[in-house]
Amino acid sequence: MSLAEVEEIRLEADAPSGLWSEAWYRLRHNPAAIIGGIFVSIFVVVAIFAPVIATENPEAARPDRLNFGKPPGPSWDHILGLDLLGRDEFSRIVYGARYSLLIGVVSVTIGLTIGLILGATAGFFGGYTDSVIMRGMDIMLAIPGLLFAIGIVAALGAGLKQVMIAVGIVNIPIFARLLRGSILQQKENDFVLAARSVGVRRRIILASHILPNSISVVIVAATLAMATAIIDVAGLGFLGLGPQNPATPEWGTMLTDVNDYITIAPLLAIFPGLAIVISVLGFNLIGDGLREALDPKLRTRG
Amino acid sequence: MLRYVVRRLLLLVPILLGVSILIFFWIRALPGNPATALLGERSTPALVKEYKQRYGLDRPLPVQYWDYLKATLRGDLGTSISSRRTVVYEIKHRFPATVELALAAMIFAISFGIPLGYFAAKRHGGALDNGTLITSLLGISIPIFFLAIILKYFFSIRWHLLPSVGREDILSDAKHPTNFYILDAIITGDPAALWDSIRHLILPAIALGSIPLAIITRITRASVLDVQNEDYVRTARAKGLPPRVVDRRHVLRNAMLPVVTIIGLQTGLLLSGAVLTETVFAWPGMGSWLRDAIFNSDYAVLQGGILFLAVVFVMVNLIVDISYALINPRIRYS
Repeated sequence: MSLAEVEEIRLEADAPSGLWSEAWYRLRHNPAAIIGGIFVSIFVVVAIFAPVIATENPEAARPDRLNFGKPPGPSWDHILGLDLLGRDEFSRIVYGARYSLLIGVVSVTIGLTIGLILGATAGFFGGYTDSVIMRGMDIMLAIPGLLFAIGIVAALGAGLKQVMIAVGIVNIPIFARLLRGSILQQKENDFVLAARSVGVRRRIILASHILPNSISVVIVAATLAMATAIIDVAGLGFLGLGPQNPATPEWGTMLTDVNDYITIAPLLAIFPGLAIVISVLGFNLIGDGLREALDPKLRTRG
Repeated sequence: MLRYVVRRLLLLVPILLGVSILIFFWIRALPGNPATALLGERSTPALVKEYKQRYGLDRPLPVQYWDYLKATLRGDLGTSISSRRTVVYEIKHRFPATVELALAAMIFAISFGIPLGYFAAKRHGGALDNGTLITSLLGISIPIFFLAIILKYFFSIRWHLLPSVGREDILSDAKHPTNFYILDAIITGDPAALWDSIRHLILPAIALGSIPLAIITRITRASVLDVQNEDYVRTARAKGLPPRVVDRRHVLRNAMLPVVTIIGLQTGLLLSGAVLTETVFAWPGMGSWLRDAIFNSDYAVLQGGILFLAVVFVMVNLIVDISYALINPRIRYS
């Protein structure tokens, strides 16, 4: 083992641990982040244990339970009432959490993975590679986000999978730019110069010195991207581009149905809307908390 | 300064070319093809072939792209298959509706966002500050169409205070020389039409303005907090300037720099991204038009409409950058 490699392992072991424990400390003492954490935990738990929590099948229509075509409101048996086809609204909201979580995670992962690969390549190699990739990103950013997503869904056809891909693609340039910027900043740092001068290979410098230091920015952005992804997917669902099976309990799609019948069942618009707000707010609160916790300017140097 | 503007304009050319290529190939990736979409039920293989020949769709893609580029630069964006009117004609009638809505939303967002952010920062940590922070966080967490549905439900369906759909009363016979209804009402001197247009504008503007309102409030607050601790503010205070003068001349003026940028960027977004609000309120702008185009497989509308909005978006962002360079000399010379 060369001296440089020993050096490298030591640096890796030292730097992040201080940062993370400090960030964790700050996060625990930030009431907003705690509230966000609670919201997100509820959302994730509900999504995972949906079959246990839900009281009924969320998709089977029960028109016999409607009251002259009007859905009955909340009662002891159905705490959020019934929807326009006599299905239990509570069970639908609970299963909806599954869709939103799945959609959020998948689309952010698509955007994150491709965006990070492109951003890292551009930032690290620079020069011609950098120009080509970043001009491509500029072109993608020239088309406003939601419109871009709508266009992609139009090309792929409406549906859940397509919506996730569309929202993921829209996120690519955001992550690419972010990581490239962060890498360019890191490259100027003394420890990179030091590693280079002792002859550490470029790929290893990228993997073990630069990326770990950029990871905090990426985590913050990914948390906030979860929030926007949930909103965007609900928006596409609301426009009728989401799941094509109308029985699917996706929150945005549920709002579309209700928009047409708001005079007879206003509460049915409130519940899925609130579910979206709570989960999005949760991710936004955690994202903001993480940003403050990981911000080097705010960090106290011990 | 002139060199800066020229350089930025030249940089636009490759980006817009890239956007046009992207949209061109995207349209070709759409399911179905324009020939069957236009011919509808009458389509037979022979007819499709003839149609393709007539419109040059059987030629190699690069040739087709070149033709498309030439037509676009001539201002020919094709014809909508659902309305049989040219895309340019439709844009002339619909873009003003979108602009009117976007401007109203921005006026709402700015007139509440800047004072709220400013006073929140002045009373940092107080009740107003916390209230503002929570509200603005809620503002960015509420899906715009959900807020729109709620507003529509209470203000028009429940309380009958404001109209819920469209830009004017369906029985209105007001004249529209410019298609900016408020401007039209002023030009034609029609107070009833003016009031009618404003009433129709209020709810969509509030819904659409909610996100920029939240963002402007947050940025103003953060920026005022930053500037307040600058050395030049302390100097101004120390030399005995009255607090109000310090606030107006030093704090507010410098704090507005990032706010102006955000306002510009948000305006660009609103001009292009009002699809959801327009759908809820049946606002006859660009957004609801493009949404319908997807469901009608109206390719000419999608191609022309999205290209047009992308150009608007890029131009607004350019204007923002240039005006930022104008107010902030540090950018210009770097």
